Amino acid sequence: MTARVGVVQFPGTNCELDVAWAVEQLGAQAELCWHGDATIRGADAVVVPGGFAHGDYLRTGALARFSPVMTAVSEFAAAGGPVVGICNGFQVLTEARLLPGALQKNAGLKFLCETVELRVETTSTVLTNACAPGQVLRVPINHFEGNYVCDDATLAELRADDRVVVRYVDNPNGSLDDIAGICNAARNVVGLMPHPERASDELLGSADGVVLLRSLLAAAAEGARLAS
Amino acid sequence: MAEFAAHVEVRHRPGIADPAGATVERALPALGYTNVTQLHIGKVIRLVVDAPDAGAARAQVEEMCERLLANPVIESYEIAVTALEPAT
Repeated sequence: MTARVGVVQFPGTNCELDVAWAVEQLGAQAELCWHGDATIRGADAVVVPGGFAHGDYLRTGALARFSPVMTAVSEFAAAGGPVVGICNGFQVLTEARLLPGALQKNAGLKFLCETVELRVETTSTVLTNACAPGQVLRVPINHFEGNYVCDDATLAELRADDRVVVRYVDNPNGSLDDIAGICNAARNVVGLMPHPERASDELLGSADGVVLLRSLLAAAAEGARLAS
Repeated sequence: MAEFAAHVEVRHRPGIADPAGATVERALPALGYTNVTQLHIGKVIRLVVDAPDAGAARAQVEEMCERLLANPVIESYEIAVTALEPAT
């Protein structure tokens, strides 16, 4: 059965077609979900892709959570559906309080666009179920506000519950505890700054993002099977 | 009901980077101002709210700060409320 991946599109999103292409290469069907429509169009998994949703006005991701589509995304997440936020999508999920903490400006105060190494810290999430524990992946980052920050209690909880999903091998942006991605308590909502879709073919310099996207499609297929 | 002007200053919390402020602070010595420190660039949000009294106006603005105008994880805020016309 073909997994259907809803790819959310806000005004200012710019990675939605890359995500759609990457998941379609893996045999899934991508459905673009316009922010003004309060539906995820029957998707089995949702990706909130990168870009500059609503121009990043006020703060990165701050206004996106008021878009009607986010009501549908939140309901889907609450029901256990797999949701992944990439880059600006991660910022949107923190502002929507689907994930704790926030992303502040990079410690070096530079916009970073480079391929980095990520270590998979847990395979028990919708984005890493096909990975090997400790696996190192080469995946590009492309952000100014990627420096993850949260209070001490939240960090302790993330560590204790094994909710740091991927860490930077060589921290590029000052993120607390080298955090590149985290998940919610139910492990079905994941946010990360690196872009798996930009590492989805050898021609792009790395195909290491494929295992992450495959994990998401596996979670989508499992959810669809349980629902049917 | 009366109109109250609210002036909200949003700042980065201590430890949160303020690259704009740091850059401007570094530029001032070039003009001869070598004695400036702790320069910070935040945001000012001004709005008018219709409320029964100043306390209610402030409470609502505080709630809006918590829910949207500021991100409490990385920002703090200060609110000043003034009556635009006498309550009748």
